[in-house]
Amino acid sequence: MRRYFTRKFLIYLLTFFFAVSIDWAIPRFMPGDPVQSMLSRAALHPESATAMYDYYSNSFGLDVPIWRQYLNFWGSLLQGDLGTSVWLYPQPVSSVIANAIPYTLALMLPAILLSWWAGNSFGAFAARRKWLDNTALPFAYILNSMPYMWLGILLAWLLGSVLDIFPLSGGYGYGLQPEWSLEFIGSLLKHWFLPFASLFLVGFGGWAIGMRNLIIYELESDYSHYLTALGAPQRLIRRYAFRNAMLPQVTGLALQIGVIVAGALVTEIVFSYPGLGNLILQAINNEDYFLLQGAFLFIIIGVLIANFVIDMVYVLVDPRTRTGMRGATS
Amino acid sequence: MSVQVKDLKVYYRTLRGDVRALDGASFTIADGEIMGLAGESGCGKSTLGRSLIAIDGRMRYVGGSVSLDGAALPLDDQAAMARHRFTAVSLVPQYAMSAMNPTRKIGKLVTDLLRSRGIAPDTVLGEFRRRLELVGLSTDVLARYPIELSGGMKQRVVMVISTLLDPSLLVADEITSALDVSTQKAVAEAVVEFRDRGFVASTIVITHDLSILVQMADSIMIMYAGKPVERASTDAVVSSSRHPYTRLLLSSLPEVGVRYEEHRLSGIAGRPPSLLNPPPGCRFRDRCPLAFAKCAEEPPFVEVAPGHSAACWKA
Ligand SMILES: Nc1ncnc2c1ncn2[C@@H]1O[C@H](COP(=O)(O)OP(=O)(O)OP(=O)(O)O)[C@@H](O)[C@H]1O
Ligand code: SF4
Ligand SMILES: [Mg+2]
Repeated sequence: MRRYFTRKFLIYLLTFFFAVSIDWAIPRFMPGDPVQSMLSRAALHPESATAMYDYYSNSFGLDVPIWRQYLNFWGSLLQGDLGTSVWLYPQPVSSVIANAIPYTLALMLPAILLSWWAGNSFGAFAARRKWLDNTALPFAYILNSMPYMWLGILLAWLLGSVLDIFPLSGGYGYGLQPEWSLEFIGSLLKHWFLPFASLFLVGFGGWAIGMRNLIIYELESDYSHYLTALGAPQRLIRRYAFRNAMLPQVTGLALQIGVIVAGALVTEIVFSYPGLGNLILQAINNEDYFLLQGAFLFIIIGVLIANFVIDMVYVLVDPRTRTGMRGATS
Repeated sequence: MSVQVKDLKVYYRTLRGDVRALDGASFTIADGEIMGLAGESGCGKSTLGRSLIAIDGRMRYVGGSVSLDGAALPLDDQAAMARHRFTAVSLVPQYAMSAMNPTRKIGKLVTDLLRSRGIAPDTVLGEFRRRLELVGLSTDVLARYPIELSGGMKQRVVMVISTLLDPSLLVADEITSALDVSTQKAVAEAVVEFRDRGFVASTIVITHDLSILVQMADSIMIMYAGKPVERASTDAVVSSSRHPYTRLLLSSLPEVGVRYEEHRLSGIAGRPPSLLNPPPGCRFRDRCPLAFAKCAEEPPFVEVAPGHSAACWKA
């Protein structure tokens, strides 16, 4: 067991190393010069432009050979330094990201976890119950097959424009400053609701359908039939079916949590919500490679941590993975 | 007279109409008797076995009765039937390899099952361990998951679970088909041993392998196209069978140990009739070498010698 965990951990470490290296390399080998484009926006004299160019190149660490840049990158990364943002110069990338992350987490974590919990409970309950299966399930299918963008816009239009209950964009009201006041928190919640609800609904439909199908599959499996043949009540059979059907859903959840940030991209753009997804969009628009690199770094870390945790959980709940690492005994 | 089946009819509902897979079966099995059930693939052996345990949604109970030690089984009421399963009637399924929940340890599974049936696990777990040892398994299997066992081990565990509450009737469907020859023998011996020790009263062993029935069964019933055609002691079936189908079946067995399923009954030309709309008269008529005019009428299943019944005008 210990050897298994150590081996897994090393694999994840290696994956991290390569992923981060690629994350470093891609912006650098892309066409375009971030410093140049930043200066061109400032429309300076040619001489002072050259001086400025040298100054910024130096402050971004771009004036040393590429291998040195790579080593420096790892060196500062390990100290938690992600460089300086070009778009919001001279703010450090780490603080720009730190400001955005709470929004993304507060939006995505409840949406993913609650829709997972509610969808699975509902799907498991609906499976093999005729009236529910026939009435509620079509709605789940509609929710699930609707393009997310469209659902988001529909919700925004209905609850935001027509009924005017919720604001359409932003993380809080325009006139407000972030502070611990009732007014500010109320505004936060109001702005949070629409993006949350859209994410929740889509997730709910998908989980409910998946769970229903998994449960039906389990109820048709041999072990369910055997339990029936031995007179076991439906309660026990459904309990087993639920437990087994949960395994793939746990993996699904892990993958969702892993791509939480990427998943936020569309939502945050539709609702102009100030999280990491929005930041990625801004970073691309402003050719801010350091910010982009920093944001992707967080995605990498998120995916890896989530997968690692799920690997561990799976070993604990599913005996079939356990035999794989011990070698089958018969 | 432990198990008494009278004119049992169970059909499958399909879009094209009822498949008359079990179209009137009457027989009795005595206490302590092991009855072998044989016949070509699709003749309704499993349907008969299944009907005695649970008639599910795809099946339709059409008529007939089954009584166990004199009391009728509520065949058409699945909720009432559930109380008799495991305790009075039990099944060792054809799919024993996958019959146990893969994510539950075997000991836990049995405890869950017993509790769900309102039986305190402590009262029978000791016996469960003893019986595992009896079939040559260590009690370690209680702490194992099903995938950690070999096929033969799973087969034996399932057998011990199914018979744990000493049922009056055990249906064992194709329990040896998936096993190699030496394991087959061990499983067949276990069935006999369980009977000898009184763990089960009457047993129905369904199989494709007549040679295994010769080793273990006290009596044999042959089915053809949804109906029993002959029923007698094993010796009588082997040495003095009266029904032409049984005789062809035996003669088409090339040698002991080879399953006739794989040989597609080279000795008997033609195929069994469709059970969707079976023809009137003797259902074996098209293929029977002895068929004559009277066979257009259905032959009754009657005693042709003491303890020996057959359904044939020429028997
Ligand atoms: N679910 C079903 N729906 C419709 N017809 C079925 C169904 N199950 C079985 N049948 C039909 O009922 C007949 C009897 O099937 P059964 O499984 O009892 O045969 P069997 O004698 O056990 O055959 P085998 O030796 O292949 O196991 C067959 O003709 C089969 O096609
Ligand atoms: S009744 Fe006729 S057709 Fe049927 S088995 Fe006997 S002789 Fe053959
Ligand atoms: Mg069968």
